[in-house]
This record gives sequence, C-alpha cells and structure tokens, in this order.
Amino acid sequence: MSMVLSPPEETTIRPAASWSDAPPVYDANTSLPDWYSDLRSAAWARFAALPVPARTNQHWRFADLKHLAIEGRAPTAPVSDLVAAELIARAVSERPADYAAHFVFANNRLIHTETPALPAGVVCVTVGEALASHSELLREHFLKQADFLGGEKFAALHAAATLSGLFVHFPKGAVAEYPVIVHHFVGGEGAAIFPHSLIVAEDHASVTVLDLFESVGGNEETLTVGMADLHAARGGRVQYVAVQDLSAKGARHVHLQHSRVGRDASVKVGFLNLGAEWVRNESINRMVENGADGQIFSANLANESQEFDQRTLQSHEAQHTTSDLFFKNALYDRARTIFSGLIQVLPGSHHTDSYQTCRNLMGSDEAEANSMPGLEIDADQVKCSHGSTSGTISDEEIFYLRARGIPAEDARKMISLGFLNESIDRLDGDGLKAVLFSRVERKFASIG
Amino acid sequence: MPDSATLEAVTIDQDEGNFSYPEDYAHDAGYGLDESTVDYISNIKGEAEWIREFRQKALKVFFAKPMPTHWASKDLENIIFKDIRYYLSKGQAPTRSWDEVPDDVKKTFERLGIPEKERKYLAGVEAQFDSEAAYSNVKEELTKEGVIFVNSTEGLREHPEIFRKWFGKVIPTGDNKFSALNSAVFSGGSFIYVPPGVKVKHPLQAYFRINAENFGQFERTLIIVDEGAEVTYMEGCTAPKFETATLHSAVVELVAMKDAKIQYITVQNWSNNVFNLVTKRGLAHENAEIRWIDCNIGSRLTMKYPGVIMKGRKARGEVISIALANDGQHQDTGAKMIHAADETTSNIVAKSISVGTGRSTYRGQVHIPKHLKGCKNNTECDALLINASSRTDTYPAITVRGNQHATQHEASVSQVSEDQIFYMKQRGLSEGEAMSLSVNGFVNDLVREFPMEYSVELKRLIDMEMEGSVG
Repeated sequence: MSMVLSPPEETTIRPAASWSDAPPVYDANTSLPDWYSDLRSAAWARFAALPVPARTNQHWRFADLKHLAIEGRAPTAPVSDLVAAELIARAVSERPADYAAHFVFANNRLIHTETPALPAGVVCVTVGEALASHSELLREHFLKQADFLGGEKFAALHAAATLSGLFVHFPKGAVAEYPVIVHHFVGGEGAAIFPHSLIVAEDHASVTVLDLFESVGGNEETLTVGMADLHAARGGRVQYVAVQDLSAKGARHVHLQHSRVGRDASVKVGFLNLGAEWVRNESINRMVENGADGQIFSANLANESQEFDQRTLQSHEAQHTTSDLFFKNALYDRARTIFSGLIQVLPGSHHTDSYQTCRNLMGSDEAEANSMPGLEIDADQVKCSHGSTSGTISDEEIFYLRARGIPAEDARKMISLGFLNESIDRLDGDGLKAVLFSRVERKFASIG
Repeated sequence: MPDSATLEAVTIDQDEGNFSYPEDYAHDAGYGLDESTVDYISNIKGEAEWIREFRQKALKVFFAKPMPTHWASKDLENIIFKDIRYYLSKGQAPTRSWDEVPDDVKKTFERLGIPEKERKYLAGVEAQFDSEAAYSNVKEELTKEGVIFVNSTEGLREHPEIFRKWFGKVIPTGDNKFSALNSAVFSGGSFIYVPPGVKVKHPLQAYFRINAENFGQFERTLIIVDEGAEVTYMEGCTAPKFETATLHSAVVELVAMKDAKIQYITVQNWSNNVFNLVTKRGLAHENAEIRWIDCNIGSRLTMKYPGVIMKGRKARGEVISIALANDGQHQDTGAKMIHAADETTSNIVAKSISVGTGRSTYRGQVHIPKHLKGCKNNTECDALLINASSRTDTYPAITVRGNQHATQHEASVSQVSEDQIFYMKQRGLSEGEAMSLSVNGFVNDLVREFPMEYSVELKRLIDMEMEGSVG
C-alpha cells in the first residue's frame, strides 16, 4: 500500500486561502514525474490568471455568486487514528454487500483499501500510487480535459491541488460484476479535499465506480473540488455514480465530470445530491464516435437554504449517437435549484437521437427552481427533444392514496420518494441502487 | 416545376418589396449619431422640452450600455452606428386622404396593396415611409367612439394626458441597448388609445417601409386599451434589397387595463440585410389578455422576444411565434412571460423552420416569483430542419418559486421525414411541392391564428421560401 503522495502535516496548500497564493506542494521527498510537475505548475498559473466568474457569465446565470468566496478553505491535517477507525467502520457498514474494491479517503489521505473481486489485469490504485507505478498509462488520460461549463477556475485549482482519488484502468475485455466503492470524507474547520476519479474502460471492458462524498461530522465550512474523468473505448461500458451526502451545514461541493464515449460504447452517469449548502455539478458528455451512447441521471433533494447548481452538456460529435438525460429535483423550504442543460449536435453528426428532461417537484412556497434546457442542432436527420416541468403533488394523487388508508402526510412522502427514485432506478446494480435509495429515505425522514 | 402561371405569380411576389424610389428628402439628419442628431429630430418635430430631455438621457444610456454579445450573436458587432442615417423625411404631414399622398410614396404603398387592404377590411391604417407616417386614416365611426390612432409625434403633442403616463413605462429606456437607442431617436410608429368598453371590430394596421440605403428606422408604438375594450393591431414591413446593412429598432409598448384585450400581429418580411432588433412588451392588468402573434420571415438578424407582464389577477399572456430562417438569416426570437399576480396564465407556442444555412433560435424566459399562487405556464417550441447545413437552437430559462404553480416546457427538433416525402411523390407531387406541403402542415395550427388575409399571404411566403430548398 503506497502513501507516496500523502503530504506531511505541515504541508501548506493554500490555494483556497487567497485565490492567488503560491502553488500547493507535496512532500518534499516525493519525486513527481516531470510531466506531472509541469502540469501542476501550469494549472496553478491558470488558476491564478482566471477571473472569478462574474454576473454576466451565462454559465453562472441564476447562481448565487456569494458561494464562490472560498477563502480560508484549504487541505488540513489528517484525521486521528481514532476518527479514521470510526470512518472506516461507517464506510464498511454502508457499502453494498457485493463490491469489487473499496477505498476510503479522509482529508485527502487513503485510510482503507480492500480489493476482493478485481478482474485480472486491472489497475485500480490511488492517483499518487499510479504516478509511481503507471506513470505513462496515467499520463495518457490524466487531466486532459480543457472544456468546462463555467468551472474553469475550479478545474485549474483541482488540477494544481488534487491529492486523492483513484486511477481505474480496465484493459480490453475486463469486466467487473460489482462496483468499485470509494468514500471521500472531509472534516475539520476550513478543510478542503480535491478527489479525482479517472476511469478508463478499454475495448469491451465494463466497470462501475461509486464515489461517496461525506462529512466526518460536525457543521464546519468545508470544500470539495472533485473531478471525474470517464473514458469508454470501443464497446466499453462505464457507469459512474457520485453520491454527495455531506452533512456539514457549511459544506460546499464542486464536482466536474467529463465523459468521452467511443464507438458503440456507453457511459452512464448518476448524481445524487442530498447535503452541502452549495453544490455545483458540471457534466460534459461527449459522444465522439459512431454509435456512442451517454446517459446522465440525477436525483436531488434540497431543503432549508441549500442551492444545487447543475450544468450539463450532451455533445454529439459522430453519427448514430444517442443520449438521454433525466434529472429530478425535489425542493423544500427555501431551497434553490438551477438546471442548465444543453444538447449540442455538431455538423455532420447525423442520425442523432437525444433527450433531456428536468422535473421539479415544489414542496414549499419559498423554494425556487430555475430550468434552462437548451438545444443547439447543426446536423440532419436528428431527433431531439427536451422537456422541463415544475409543479406540485396534485390533490388527486393524495386523494387516491388516502382512499386506501394512507394518511396525507405519508402519501406526500411516498410520492416524493417515488419521484426521486424514478431517476435512481435507471442506474444499474441492485446493491448500488439500494445504497442510494436508503440515503434518500434517510434525508426525507429528517425533513419531516 | 410549377406551371408558368404559378411561376409568374411567385416571381412577382418575391420582389414585392424590392424596389425603391429616388431620395429627395426635405429633412435628413445625416450620418452618425450624437447629441446634435437628437436635437435635430426634436427640433423638426417641435417637441415639448420633456421629450427632448427624455431623448438626450436615452442617448447617454445607449452610449453607456455594452452590446449584449455575451449571450447574443456576434453579428451585432457588424452594425456600424456612425454609417447609419437616423432621420429622413419628405417633410410631409400624414394625410388623411389617399389622393394627397406624394406620388412616389403612394406608388410604393399601392404596389404593396395598402389602400386595397384598407378598403377591404381594415378599420384604420397608417403607412410609415422611412421616419414619418405618410398616410394615416381611421374610419369615422371609430373616431366618434373616441378611438385615437395617430403617430408618436402627434400622440405626444395632442394627447399627452393619455400617452405620457405610460410612455416609456412598460419598457424603460435602460431595458437594453437598443431600447435606449430607440428612445433617443424614435420617430413615427402608432399611438393608439381605445376608450373603455369599445370593441374595435376590424383590425388597425400599420405598414412600415424603409426606402433609403443606410437608413435606420426607429418607430415607437404605444397602445393603451382601456377597461373592457378590445383591439387587434397588425403591422407589416418591407424594405428594398440594398448593398449595405440597414437597421430597424422599434419599441412597442402595450397597456391592457382591467378586462381589456389586445392582439398584436406582426408579419416581418424585411429584406435580408436588415438588422431587426425590436423590444416588445405588454402590461396586462386584472383579467386582461395580451396576445403577440409574431411571424418572422425576413431580415438578416432578428432579435425579438415579445413579453407580457401579468400585473393583475387572472391576467393572461400569450405568444404565438413562427420563424423561418433561410440562407444567411438568423431568426433569434422567443418570448418573455413575467407573472406578477395570482392566477395568471401564460402560453408560448413557437415554431421555427431552418432552411439552407439558416439559423433559428428560440430564447425564452418564464418567471414566477415568490408568494403567488395558481400561476400557470405552458411553453412549446418545435423546430424543423430542412437541410443538412441548417441550424436551430433553443435556450429557455424558467424560474418558479413556490409550490402552487404549474409550468411545463417542451421542445423538439425534427426533420421532414423521407417517408412523408416519398408518400407524396408517389401521389404525383414534385419533391419541392411535397416539402412545401410538409412545412405548411408543420406551422398550420399557428398560421390559423392569423387573420385570413395574413394566413393566406403567410402560406404563400412559406411556399416561396421553400422553393429550391430541396436537392
């Protein structure tokens, strides 16, 4: 088990401290490959040079920009052995019964690893370990994405600071029956984590990765700037699910995801957002070769003064490609959601079939849902549509359930739960879905 | 191939607006825009001091505001404001009698069939030639009922007690760069007042014509319909095909008092070098209804998002929009629905067709703020792509606060299916005819919303635009 890149306690990473400070440093004893050092310094320079998004930036329309003030949030000390043991116990108790591997990170450090069912030939190691053991393979794919949906500055910060997360490489034909589970804990006042997930499925390989983002405990101000980079080569399948269940009231969570889908390959992405005061999800899905298929699902349960801001792109760049996006928001109290999605069909990408749906269930008189479903079509023989609705549970539905002896309050909850689960249910794997369902239920119980 | 008679009809129609007459203007503000241009316009019109101040203030706002290119087409940067002429007129006062209209102007409008249309079914008509109205007439019985239908200069001079109250209130000067420009140099347009309870049976019509090269037309329209009254207003526009770009930037404000109904119909057929940047908005009071029926076929770039602010309980807003973008055209149209009272409802139905390298864009905004109940919005936008190089975009933005509302938005993009074309060809239609039929079928349910004469004309225009689009 390598901990090569775990920084010592006195390490000073202060990217979040001032937006323009010195670049983060690793343990002085760590020898980083040159290409990686260069990449990090370039990212740091980019981060310093990029402006903080302004009001007129269309990618930040409707967003409350006060959440961008993240000064004072930076990587902190590792958790104590006692806390680590508790976190591992928690992570173990909450994972699905069947899994290919289980990794637990706390404050950017790996604290637990199990790999009971990884197929032969598969690479499934921390990014830090991969730098030492699979430098060239990692380099081929690592931090190659240049396009973002407004989160360029966060992306640069992530590239300069990423310290944790996995490199998962499935060679040709490797198939894992069960998911790789990764827990990312963040805790301590002003703590920041920069988890990375790089998942590559070569020809006809198939892999599922479940990232879970959780607070250690308490209500501190924390920051997550995560990135997930998914590649599926010819006939490959990648399923990636990000569960954000940060219980700390002051948690802010930025997650930037890219997928690149090759010939007849498919990538399925799921987002579940439950916790944090502010969430920014960016999801770029590029169908780059003929027959590629991209699916994006999200279930979001927002209450109190939470703001969930999600921006998506379905980019069709080859012929006979398909994509489907299905987002569900249930809003309570003064919660706000923003959905901005774009289906883009580039010239020559004929015979595209693409859908996009965002539905908002309004559970209070003060909740606010903003929807911006967009289309840009520049090709022929295209079938595209999008739909967006906002509404509340109809009296007829409640009446129907009451007529069957279910109290109105329970009926309301059942319907809301069913509303969100409809999106979760589109994912693959019963064990994985059960983890998501139970977390949604747990949050509903707290809304009361 | 269509038969020769059809061909002939089509050929004439296509050039319907493509002619111009020599320029012999009595008043010409010259090229470019500064404070003296605004004073020049104000002096010629002999305007009250408050209007001059309004204009000068607006000019400052116009200069201060940036181009909205952070979201809008970069093509806007091709407008050279210093090369535009902001005011041109032959010095004529609008006449009430057709015979007194200057010959060349008369010929223009006769070629476009204005007097004919008036005789047929219009309650009143105004025809604007460059900056000023050349002809304006309202049927006598309407005047007796107290209906006012005049141009902007006359409206502000003769009836300030009616118009000043609402002038620039629905669309404030600073709403956007082009509404500020219009507020600085506006001329012409229609000012209409319909007294309480008066239901104007036949439509009122205005016809806008740009005749001079490099000319910018900035008409200003304000329609106030008092309690329980109703009116339908139609506007049409054409311009000859000049070598250089021309700018048309109008501001249209509608005010529907309690229980009033306004229907505003536009058939825009500017030539393909006109920048058509128009701000249109209506204010609907309690139980009032405002409907925008908007058809955009011409222009190089149109940016137009008619809006309704539903300020009173149970107010209703509707936008019906048809856009056809052919080679070199960008129709950037849409709708804006601002719900500001309980139980207000709005409906948007937009259909666009992109032909050749044409690009059509739908941009919409629906806003339902806090603490209201029973608001409803329905939005549907459908786009049809004809050729492989055609492009269409949809950018709606919907904000809903609270749990007592219902909104739904749907959009689709499709092609005319090969099966459909094959079916029709098998029954003896040419490919072009089959395509025209399909496209007309696509917009048919919206075309029916237009008055008879317009819907016939619209279908013909669509047929013409579709000619030669296949292959």
